[in-house]
Amino acid sequence: MSTLRSRTLIAFLLLATIVLTSCQQASGSKISASDAWGRSSPMMAQTGAMYVVIENQGNESDRLIGAASDAAKTVEVHESYMEGDMMKMRPVEGGLEIPAGGTVELKPGGYHIMLIDLVSPLEVGTKIKVTLKFEKAGDVPLEVEIREQ
Amino acid sequence: MNVEESTRAPKRPTWFFILWAVFSLFLLAGIVYLAWSLLNPYSFHGVVMQSPQKARDFTLTGHNGQPVSLKDYSGKIILIYFGYTTCPDVCPTTLADLHTARESLGQLGDQVQVFMVTVDPERDTQAVLADYMSHFDSSFIGLTGSPEQIAEVATYYGIYYERAEGNSTLGYLMDHTATVMAIDQDGYLRLVFPFGTAAQDIADDLNYLLER
Ligand SMILES: [Cu+2]
Repeated sequence: MSTLRSRTLIAFLLLATIVLTSCQQASGSKISASDAWGRSSPMMAQTGAMYVVIENQGNESDRLIGAASDAAKTVEVHESYMEGDMMKMRPVEGGLEIPAGGTVELKPGGYHIMLIDLVSPLEVGTKIKVTLKFEKAGDVPLEVEIREQ
Repeated sequence: MNVEESTRAPKRPTWFFILWAVFSLFLLAGIVYLAWSLLNPYSFHGVVMQSPQKARDFTLTGHNGQPVSLKDYSGKIILIYFGYTTCPDVCPTTLADLHTARESLGQLGDQVQVFMVTVDPERDTQAVLADYMSHFDSSFIGLTGSPEQIAEVATYYGIYYERAEGNSTLGYLMDHTATVMAIDQDGYLRLVFPFGTAAQDIADDLNYLLER
C-alpha cells in the first residue's frame, strides 16, 4: 500500500517535472526591451529610425522578425554596415537573432528599426508606439520617445 | 674667523640650493614642455592627408537654386559629405554630429561651412534637400546637380556611390562612402573623418585648424 502510494507520488512528480520543463521550454525566450528612442525627422522626410536595446533572459534564442507602428505605414528591421569604403543599409534577412542570455543593441550606424512612409514628422519630445514582433516571444509593445540625437 | 665662516657657510648654500632647485625645476618644466610640443604637435583625430593638395573647385546647385562653388567660401573651413535624404540612420547621425561640432566651436563655428552633396538627385529635389539640411543646421547647404555633374565631383573627391536595388519597401537604396572631408581656409584638402568620428573630436580638429 505504502509502496503503491510512493510509486504514485513518484510518477506524479515525474509527470509534473516533465510538464513544467516543457512549459518552460515553450517560453524559453524571455525578451525585454529598454532605452527605446527615435530620431526626430525633417518635415518632408519619408523615413525615420528608432533604436532599442533588446535583452533575451531566456534559455532559448529568439528572432526579431518585424515591427509595426502607428507612426509609419511600413516598418522594417535594417542594418547599416561598412563594406570596404562603402556604407550600406539593407533589410535584415530572416530576422535579427537575439541569442539566449544575450543582448543586442540597436544603435546609429548599425541595426535599426526603419520607419517608412511616416504618417507625420517625428517631433522631439513626442512619443510613438512601436510593436516589435519576435518569432517566439510574440509582440513586444514599446513607447518610443523622439529625441534630437 | 674660522668659526664665523663655518657657521655662515652652511646657511648660504641652503638658500642657494632651494632657489636653484625651484629655478631649475621651472626651467626643466619649460624645456620639457617645449620639447614635447615640438616633438608631438597636435595630433588630429581625423585622417590627415599626406601632402595636402588644393581641393578641386566645382559648381553645383545649392538647395535654394543658387550656384555654389568652393571658391565662394574660401577663407572658411569647408566640410563636404556625400549622402541622401532617404537615409534615416547614417546620414542624420553624421549631420547631427557636424552640427554639434560646429555649435561647440562657438563663434568660430561661423568659419565652418558644411555641404552635403546628394548621391540621389532623383529623389532629393531642392525642396527636400532644403528641408533636410535646415532640420540639422540652418547654415548647412545641400548640393545637387545632374547625375553626371555629381559623379564628376564625387570622383574628384574619391567618393564611391552605387544604387542598390534592395528588397525594402523604400525602393532602391544608395551605398555610399560616408566620410566627411575637411578643406582648410587656404583651400587644401586636409582631413578625412570616417563615419562615427565623435563630434567633439571633429570640433577639436577644426578648432586647431582655425586657431593656428
Ligand atoms: Cu534603414
